[in-house]
Amino acid sequence: MKPKHQRLTLALLALAAIIGATLLAMSALRDQASYFYTPGDAVRDHVEPGRAVRLGGMVAAGSIRRAADGVTIRFVVTDGQQSVPVRYRGIVPDLFKENSGVVAEGAFARDGTFVADTILAKHDERYMPPQIAGEMHKSESLEK
Amino acid sequence: MIAEAGLAALWLAAALAALQLVFGVTALRQGETDMLRAVRSVALVQALLAAFSFGALILLFLRTDLSVSLVVANSHVAKPWLYKFAGTWGNHEGSMLMWVTILGLAGGAVALFERRLGDRTLIATLAAQATIGLGFYAFLLFASNPFDRMNPAPAQGNGLNPLLQDPGLAFHPPTLYIGYVGLSIAFSFAVGALVTRDVGPAFARAMRPWVLAAWIFLTLGITAGSYWAYYELGWGGWWFWDPVENASLMPWLAATALLHSVTVLATRDGLRAWTVMLAVVAFSMSMIGTFLVRSGILTSVHSFAVDPRRGAFILALLAIYIGGALALFGLRVGTVREGSRFDLVSREGSLVANNLLLSAILGIVLIGTLYPLGIEALTGGKLSVGPPYFNAAAGPLALVLVIVMAAGPLLRWRRDEIRALARRLAVPAIVALAAAAAVLALLPPAHLLPTLGLILAAGVAVASVAPLWKRNLRRTPLFTWGMVIAHLGVAVSLAGMASESAFTRETLVAARPGEVHRVGPFAVRFDGIEPVAGPNWTALEATLTATRGRGAPIELRPQARAFWTPPTETSEAAIRTLWDGQLYTVLGKQAEDGRWQLRLWWKPFVTLIWAGGALIAIGGALSLLGRLLRDRRAAQRGKEWWE
Repeated sequence: MKPKHQRLTLALLALAAIIGATLLAMSALRDQASYFYTPGDAVRDHVEPGRAVRLGGMVAAGSIRRAADGVTIRFVVTDGQQSVPVRYRGIVPDLFKENSGVVAEGAFARDGTFVADTILAKHDERYMPPQIAGEMHKSESLEK
Repeated sequence: MIAEAGLAALWLAAALAALQLVFGVTALRQGETDMLRAVRSVALVQALLAAFSFGALILLFLRTDLSVSLVVANSHVAKPWLYKFAGTWGNHEGSMLMWVTILGLAGGAVALFERRLGDRTLIATLAAQATIGLGFYAFLLFASNPFDRMNPAPAQGNGLNPLLQDPGLAFHPPTLYIGYVGLSIAFSFAVGALVTRDVGPAFARAMRPWVLAAWIFLTLGITAGSYWAYYELGWGGWWFWDPVENASLMPWLAATALLHSVTVLATRDGLRAWTVMLAVVAFSMSMIGTFLVRSGILTSVHSFAVDPRRGAFILALLAIYIGGALALFGLRVGTVREGSRFDLVSREGSLVANNLLLSAILGIVLIGTLYPLGIEALTGGKLSVGPPYFNAAAGPLALVLVIVMAAGPLLRWRRDEIRALARRLAVPAIVALAAAAAVLALLPPAHLLPTLGLILAAGVAVASVAPLWKRNLRRTPLFTWGMVIAHLGVAVSLAGMASESAFTRETLVAARPGEVHRVGPFAVRFDGIEPVAGPNWTALEATLTATRGRGAPIELRPQARAFWTPPTETSEAAIRTLWDGQLYTVLGKQAEDGRWQLRLWWKPFVTLIWAGGALIAIGGALSLLGRLLRDRRAAQRGKEWWE
């Protein structure tokens, strides 16, 4: 192979790799990026069941119910106007309580219940993206 | 006084960095290489001053000097001394000071030890290192002064985030930072060589040990961070694709690519422009990572800053350095002579494939990490990109990369036959097929990626030791051993990841004392709950007794801890490592009826993940040692070995 040809082959390979990676990334992003919804957004947009999303809002007063198995809880997330019922099986964070901010990661079930895999409570220092803190703030002011 | 001394040392170090730059530019302009000695000494003194300043901050933390704002905000008298010490970098200002100190020390090390680079290029390199230093000294002095006094001094400090109060804090950040910032040397080398038009095999041989050293620390730091998150968060996961984790993975991917391309440049004089580009990209990824973690744009246990000016400051530095280096690259890439040629089926060809795949994975991680930030900046939309994206997009490429890794070392330089390669890969392929049969026949069905991972791990493990086949092991160079062990580490780690993902068993129950619950092959008895106390926390501690078949009982004591400075509750998982996996137990909340939530995991061979990481680092260390010893012998013989 001539040097020119070899350079060209390498450049083409690199280009193909970059384009391939970008396409792969873009298609995966379209399917997998999990959007952040408030209960109002979720009700308005009819999030399709099974899609990975985050749901953020306040835990409605008096809504926490513990199931008989001792590890499943049900509660309602509200933004002051709309509410979404949530089911979660697991250990909730220490700062999870009624009238406090919460972010649930999971997907909607067919009956409209949000089934959470992970619960992040407000002020939980572990992982709290600022966009969620912003949403929380909005929800709080809505409530007043 | 200590705080003032530390601050003064920092200012002096910044001034010396400026001097180093001026000396360097003057020397290059006038073509006088006898100024090299002056530049070397300035770099060395600058490093010592930065280290002195960092030492002063450590001393302030150890003594809990409450007249210093940073200590007040992040420390407390009642904290154990280890966390007073490590707490020095458990905050924004302290960690940036550590960053800058390592940057200075890296420059000092180059000034002290680098003997192979041409004088002019070395001067340019040290000038480039000083330029990076200047920006970050300015950031510390103007936007993140760690030595600010507080008047009047309060009676007590706020304490350290309890999640950080772990021995991991003493090890993970420094190792990671040495790796992160160590890559600045590769960046400065690349800039230096572009300035003096000196890109070639000698340059690559000089740069390789530095890249290797930074890469070893980066590997160790990531491995340690992964294990720390695994046991401290109590979530049972070892990698969350959190943006902060990605920030450490991206420089590692770039450095791994660089490590392989620099070998092509050193051995075969190929991939000149590409190697220089990668050196620039690697440290750029470190800086982007620093920006993501330290600007407050992401909030996690890693980010301490919330001041938006700091974010803008780092972003400006980022734009100047990355933009400047890329502009220089664009101007000078035409003058980089074309390297030597090779066939596509050759060692070089496989290393090119390695580089393309690593770059593609890097691109995928970068896009996934920046995409939510970009969307929010442009449209205000809020979304998060998590494991489903990264696993789906990067996972398949990583598996292909592992196959290339198995084949590459079995290829000859310059040109080889595809048939010969097939012959050499026959044994690993048979092992992989046997593993496939065993996995499908004996083990419970699992998802596609973990199954492929297990099969590949078996084949790759055999392929990675294949280069030693029929060789005289005593005469095999140390760096070949290093490569073999590092590649074996990848296979080991892959096996651990696949096994953890495929075979983890989880039990979540609410239990009363005396009850027995099963997880995987274990019967776990819940014996009871007792209160215990530590130096700055109290806890409820559960006692669990696990037995497997007729084996000896294993006692585990997970805790729910309550810290009082700052008042935070954390859960301390109890983990028992056995030869074939880990038993991982977490104590949850008490239900209203008095039962306790228990989360139990059995994770077969999960430890292989980090054992593999350690093997990769050990392989790197052997390789580095091998290169250095060979250089020393060559120097003693008075001529270079390749001549």
